[in-house]
This record gives sequence, structure tokens and C-alpha cells, in this order.
Amino acid sequence: MYSIQKAGQLADKVYQMWVKAPHVAHHAQAGQFVIFRIDEKGERIPLTISAVDGDSFRVIFMTIGKTTTHLAALKAGDHIQDVAGPLGKPSETHKFGTCVLVGGGVGTASLPIIARALKNAGNRVIGIVGARNAGLLILEDEMSKACDELLISTDDGTKGFHGFAADLLKQVMAREQVNAVWIIGPAMMMKVTCEVTRPAGIKTFVSLNPVMVDGTGMCGSCRVIVDGETKFACVDGPEFDAHKVDFNLLMGRLRTYQPEEKESLESYNANLCACKAGDHHA
Amino acid sequence: MQTYVPAKRVITMHDRPIDQRIHDFYEVDDGLTPEEAIAEAKRCLQCKKPLCVKGCPVSIDIPAFIREVAAGDFKKAAEIIKEQNMLPAICGRVCPQEVQCEGECLLGLKEKPISIGELERFVADTERTNGMVLPKKNASTGRRVAVVGAGPAGLTASAELARMGYHVTLFESLHAAGGVLMYGIPAFRLPKDIVKAEIDAVLSLGVELKLNHLVGRSVTVKELLSYDAVFLGTGAGLPYFMGLPGENLPGVYSANEFLTRVNLMHADQFPSFDTPVKKGSRVVVAGGGNVAMDAARVARRLGGKVTLVYRRREEDLPARKAESLRAKEEGIEFVMCVNPVKILGDGAITGVECVRMEMCELDQSGRPEPAPIEGSHFTIDADVFIAAIGQGPNPLLISEIPELIRGKRGNVVVDSEYRTSLPKFFAGGDVATGAATVILAMGAAKSAAQAIDKMLRE
Ligand SMILES: Cc1cc2nc3c(=O)[nH]c(=O)nc-3n(C[C@H](O)[C@H](O)[C@H](O)COP(=O)(O)OP(=O)(O)OC[C@H]3O[C@@H](n4cnc5c(N)ncnc54)[C@H](O)[C@@H]3O)c2cc1C
Ligand SMILES: Cc1cc2nc3c(=O)[nH]c(=O)nc-3n(C[C@H](O)[C@H](O)[C@H](O)COP(=O)(O)OP(=O)(O)OC[C@H]3O[C@@H](n4cnc5c(N)ncnc54)[C@H](O)[C@@H]3O)c2cc1C
Ligand code: SF4
Ligand code: SF4
Ligand code: FES
Repeated sequence: MYSIQKAGQLADKVYQMWVKAPHVAHHAQAGQFVIFRIDEKGERIPLTISAVDGDSFRVIFMTIGKTTTHLAALKAGDHIQDVAGPLGKPSETHKFGTCVLVGGGVGTASLPIIARALKNAGNRVIGIVGARNAGLLILEDEMSKACDELLISTDDGTKGFHGFAADLLKQVMAREQVNAVWIIGPAMMMKVTCEVTRPAGIKTFVSLNPVMVDGTGMCGSCRVIVDGETKFACVDGPEFDAHKVDFNLLMGRLRTYQPEEKESLESYNANLCACKAGDHHA
Repeated sequence: MQTYVPAKRVITMHDRPIDQRIHDFYEVDDGLTPEEAIAEAKRCLQCKKPLCVKGCPVSIDIPAFIREVAAGDFKKAAEIIKEQNMLPAICGRVCPQEVQCEGECLLGLKEKPISIGELERFVADTERTNGMVLPKKNASTGRRVAVVGAGPAGLTASAELARMGYHVTLFESLHAAGGVLMYGIPAFRLPKDIVKAEIDAVLSLGVELKLNHLVGRSVTVKELLSYDAVFLGTGAGLPYFMGLPGENLPGVYSANEFLTRVNLMHADQFPSFDTPVKKGSRVVVAGGGNVAMDAARVARRLGGKVTLVYRRREEDLPARKAESLRAKEEGIEFVMCVNPVKILGDGAITGVECVRMEMCELDQSGRPEPAPIEGSHFTIDADVFIAAIGQGPNPLLISEIPELIRGKRGNVVVDSEYRTSLPKFFAGGDVATGAATVILAMGAAKSAAQAIDKMLRE
């Protein structure tokens, strides 16, 4: 059992949680993730390690289905049954020169820890954080501290640049030499945004989020195709060369359990409502 | 289709009715009654030089425990078994006894061998219901040993070392100990409460189990070096895929993933448990070993019509005879001399294109090599495909230790005392041999524990 130290909402549908797990906190590096299993009946879900402090680490997640909805309902003092990690290969944070980190939505959660590692390695780091609207922006303060410069975009123009993070990335590339880029966000956003750096041949990393089970290389659920080869994202990644990733395959596999996911969330919500009404036998 | 002659004794009289068992995950075989156990034990010749013991990789004193069963002292029988084997209810069920102890039994020459596995299982089950007694333990030596991986190899090494008086820390990356016993072998062959009970007995010897610790990530190799010795029992969990077009379509599984979702995560009970699995209505399983049989029988219990395709002949199936016979009984269609060549579908799988195989000249193992017959392609409709064509050693940790010499198939190379090329590091089980059996993994772990003890005494 691992205790939740702090928990709270950051934006619409976006939550953060600090969990005490020394084996994770003491070994975590930028780009790695953990697997949570909330309780005996829980699914194993992967979440990126977004910050570390002493014996604890932080995850930031968006509620999209049963498990993340359940997770959002937990508070400081509650427990997570299982926390495995840190998993995956760390980000390649050596000295590149100028690095741009682009975050889309909750993908931004992965960036501060990478930004700090890149800074420590002597890079100039520019952050670009995009969201649909101002209310969905997360980690603005933390990112502006971790980066040399922070740019913000919203799709509806409620804050910062009116448009997409990809447009800001183009602007930065037009004004200065960029040596490496990280793009972390929804699969579609990564697929589209990495086209910006492809013509210039700039080294670009994306962090892939396929469905996982064990997270240790034992099941193949997380397989992705990179450069024509099958890779297991949990041990060979999750970060890969953006320009070699088969995003269509990734997006197709992410849809595998859509009907089951809907059923699971509906049954969770139905039980929750019944409990609130005082009927614990539902 | 080839005619199929079952071996002399492959299925016990205790199998539950087929139409009942294909709808649940309870154990297929009910086991012996005390009267049957005593009667079977009385058949044993109590050989002076018992060949059966030679066939047991952990050297259980088989005639001695059988003598106690015959005398009705089941508790004493359990003590004798536990001296050598801490996982008897497991081994009694899943050991391939026909090629181990029972394969050597003198009685096998004339009539049928003693059902040693069933007797072992009976004794262990009886002890469990009456309360387990722990074997003796030496005083602490003050030395610390790290064991990596809580499968049969790691559990056995831990138990042996703990009994010798070492302080053992057992690291396991999953949220449950047991390795393949928990995530691979289905409950209808090996009930999980039984696995848990035998693991608890190992832990109660004072073994410190650390779950959710992936060594190489949650624990560094440098940290392992602070122990007096290290045993690697990380298994062969890396699933092989066939490299077929369409293999990454949703609905295509490795046997490991399919079995893990059901056995470890209880996807059969979705949505009561949160992990889903595709319950195919038409399932094709490729392969012919125990893993393929297990995947097929699980798919059958989830309600699918299941076809097992294997590229050689039925008599070449590497699975245990009893299990392939049971699979067939349960309505799994066996299509032999067939190989999948393509997974069909767009967005999700709709079928499997196969080619018929003919048996040509003998390969190195003396079996005929299958070769595709041109123009014999045909399609089997399917909404789930499961590849059960084998697994390789888990590469993660061993690739983090460049000093470890590895064999051609990625396995850790060990000497006759289970030493690896890195001082203080020993290895045994599937990580050293490639995918093998529970009892071979346990036998190796036991010998490795003795070698560790010898090293630490010198
Ligand atoms: C390496 C990695 C890091 C991730 N980091 C974060 C993060 O920091 N913050 C965050 O909000 N999300 C992250 N995700 C995604 C997160 O794991 C899923 O949102 C979560 O599993 C959804 O579970 P659910 O039950 O709430 O939703 P479900 O209803 O089960 O699924 C909703 C969607 O989530 C995805 N998903 C479902 N099950 C899994 C699974 N077992 N493994 C992976 N994806 C799954 C699928 O796309 C699915 O369509 C990460 C995924 C990976 C692989
Ligand atoms: C479906 C199936 C059915 C089978 N049926 C039979 C049968 O009927 N009879 C039989 O005798 N054999 C059977 N086998 C084979 C048998 O299960 C294996 O030979 C045996 O489990 C090997 O034991 P092991 O301890 O070496 O490895 P495993 O059982 O694979 O255990 C290895 C453990 O190490 C853990 N691990 C791996 N890497 C790390 C790491 N870096 N850090 C921490 N932990 C780690 C894994 O999570 C796992 O728990 C079957 C196998 C399968 C897959
Ligand atoms: S452990 Fe296996 S090989 Fe040894 S006696 Fe028992 S069933 Fe036979
Ligand atoms: S070889 Fe057979 S008959 Fe002889 S002691 Fe062993 S089990 Fe009994
Ligand atoms: S999640 Fe099982 S291999 Fe990656």
C-alpha cells in the first residue's frame, strides 16, 4: 500500500497526486512512468512521473475512464494498492544546444522534469504549452521556472497565442536554431506537430501512450512500430524518434477496448450514484 | 487427419464433466480421495534403489512419503515432501510427471507407474486444509542474499536460502508473486488460492518480499552488489510474435497478454474487475505447447469457438498429452499441419489466412520439418488471434548487466554450479534454460542455493 500525500484538481478534468513510494522516488528519471493499481479489482494503468520530492513523486492525470475517475476521487491519506516503477527508459537528456519542449493538454505534465534535466545538461530550453482554452492550462508557473522561455497557446485565444502549439514551434524555428524537440500530448497532436520538424531534420522525441498491462516487457500489449520494427513501448520507450513512429497504428490500437471502457465507466458511475443515494447493495 | 493413440494413462478418473467445466474456471480435476490415495500408495514396491527419485529434480524421498500415505499418516508424508519441496500442491498438479518421476517408476515397465504427482498433490492439499507445518530453519548467518523474480525458481531459491539461515530479499516486478504460476497457468489447472498458500509458506520462513520492484529500474544493479550474493530467476517472459502482416491489429494477442489479462487481472470477471479482454466469438490460437493449450482453453471458457492451428502433426504436439486431450474434449478444434500467414482485417481482425504444411526431411531434433504447400491457402474467420509460439528470456535486467555472458537465445549462461560470468551472481530457471518447466526451474534454484551457501561459507 502506498499513501497519497497530497491530491487536488489542477484544471477541468485534470488532477494531481503526490504518492509516497521511495523505490520510485529515489530512482525516477525524466521521461519515466509508473503503473498504478488502485485496489484488488483495479486495472494497471501507466502514468508519467512528473515531479519528485524526497520519498514521493507526483502524477498528473486527466479523467477519461473508470480508473482515472476513481483516482480523482481519492484524497490525501488514502492509499494506492500497487505502485510499480519507475518504468521505461529515461529521456535522452544530454547536451543538444537549444531544446524546445511542446506539451499538449495533460501531456504537459511530463515536461517540467525533462526541462530541468535538459537545463542541468547545459541546454537552452524553450517551453511551449498548448491547451484548448485558458481554463485547461496547467503547470504555467512551474514551466516558466524550469525553462529559459515559456510560450503559451490556446485554440480559442483565451490566453497567449491564438492557435496551435505547432504554430508557436514554427515561429521559434524561424527565429533561431533548434537542436532537439520533445512533443508530448494526445497521439493526434504528436502526429501532426512532429511534421513541423521533419523537413528540417530536427531530432524530435514523442512519448507514446499505448495500452499497457505489466509495463515490464512481458505481454506485448504496448507494441508500436518504429522505423518498421516492432517495439515494446514499456521497455524500449516510451520515448521514440517522432519521425519514425507509425501513429496510425498507435491510434488504432488505442481504440481496442472502447466498448469495454464505456461499459466500465457506466457501471462505476451507476454504482457511485446508488451509493450516494444510500443503497449500498446496488 | 492422423489417428491419435493416447498414452497408457493420461487423464485421471476425476475430471469434472465437460459441459460443466467449460463454463467456469474451477479446477478440472478433483483429486484423489483418502481411500484412493492409500490404495494407490499401497501399490508402490518401496524399491531399495528408487528410480523415481532420480526422475525428480528436487529429489523428494518418494518411497518414504508414499509409505506414510499407505500407512495413513498424511502429516508425516507432508513433512517428508516439504524437506525437499516447498511447493508440492503446485508440483503435484503441473509437473510433467510422465517424463519426470513417474517416467522412471519401475512399475511403469509392466503396468502403470505409481501416480506420484497425484499422491503428492493429495498430501499437500490435505496438509493445507489441516494447517501447514513449517520446516525447520537454521540460525541466522547474518549474510544477505537478493533474489530477483518470484517465480518457481526465485521462490525455491528464497526458501532454501532462508532455511539455511540467510536473510533473503525477494524482488518481484508484478503486484503478485508466483511468476507464470500466477499470470500464465490458468486457475482451472492451478487454483490461485493454492499458489498463494504455498507462497505464503515460503514467505513465513522470513523471506522479505518486495513487490512492484522491477530490478534494473526500481533497484539498480549497483544496489544489488551490496548483497553477499544474488540469484537471478527472472524467467522467460518475452513473448515472440510471428511477424505476420496484420499482427498488430486490435484483437491480436500474445498468449502472455491474453493469459495475464484473465489469470492475473481477472478479465473474465469484467466489469466487476476493471481489466477488459476481447472475448472472441471465433478464436484462432497458433501453437502446440502447454501455453497454446492454456490459451485455447481459456478462450473456450470465455465463450468462444476455438480453433488451434499447429504447423506439425498431432503426434508432434509438444503439450502434455493429458492437457491436449482435455482441450479436445472441451470442444477445441485441432487443425494440424497448418501455419498462419496473414491476419486479415481493417481496424479489427476478421480472419486468419493459413497455409497447409507438408512434412519433409527430418530436422535436428529428428522430427520432420514442415514446409508450406503451394496454393493451399485458406481462411479461418476470427475476431481474436492468439500467438502462442514461445517466449524468450526477459531481456530488461540482463541487458542492464553487460558483464553477464548470454547465449544465442538471450539466455544467461551459467556453469554447473549456476554461477554466471559475474562474481556473486547466480541464475537458474527459464532465464538460464529458455522456456522449460516449473520443476526444472525449481531444481536449478535449489542447486544454485546450495552453491551460494558453499561460496558464502568458503
Ligand atoms: C507511458 C504512459 C504514460 C502515461 N502518462 C499519463 C499521464 O501522465 N497522465 C494521464 O492522464 N494519462 C497518461 N497516460 C494514459 C493513461 O494511462 C490512460 O489515460 C489511463 O490508462 C486511462 O484509464 P481509464 O480507466 O481512466 O480509462 P479507460 O476508459 O480504460 O480508457 C480510456 C483510454 O485510455 C487509454 N488506456 C486505457 N487503458 C489503458 C492502459 N492500461 N494503459 C494505457 N492506456 C490505456 C486508451 O486510449 C483508452 O481508450 C499514459 C499512458 C502511457 C502508456
Ligand atoms: C501458459 C503457460 C503454461 C505452462 N504450463 C506448465 C506446466 O503445466 N508444467 C510446467 O512444468 N511448466 C509449465 N510452464 C512453464 C513454467 O511455468 C516455467 O518454466 C516456470 O514458471 C519457470 O520459472 P521461473 O521462476 O524461471 O520463471 P517465471 O515463472 O517466469 O518467473 C519469473 C518472475 O520474475 C519476475 N521478473 C522478471 N524480471 C524481473 C525483474 N527485472 N525484476 C523483478 N522481477 C522480475 C517476473 O515478473 C516473474 O514473476 C508453463 C508456462 C506458461 C507460460
Ligand atoms: S516434484 Fe514433480 S518430479 Fe518431483 S516427485 Fe513431485 S511430481 Fe514428481
Ligand atoms: S520407482 Fe515406483 S514403485 Fe519404486 S519406489 Fe518409486 S514409486 Fe515406488
Ligand atoms: S505493457 Fe506488457 S510488454 Fe509493455
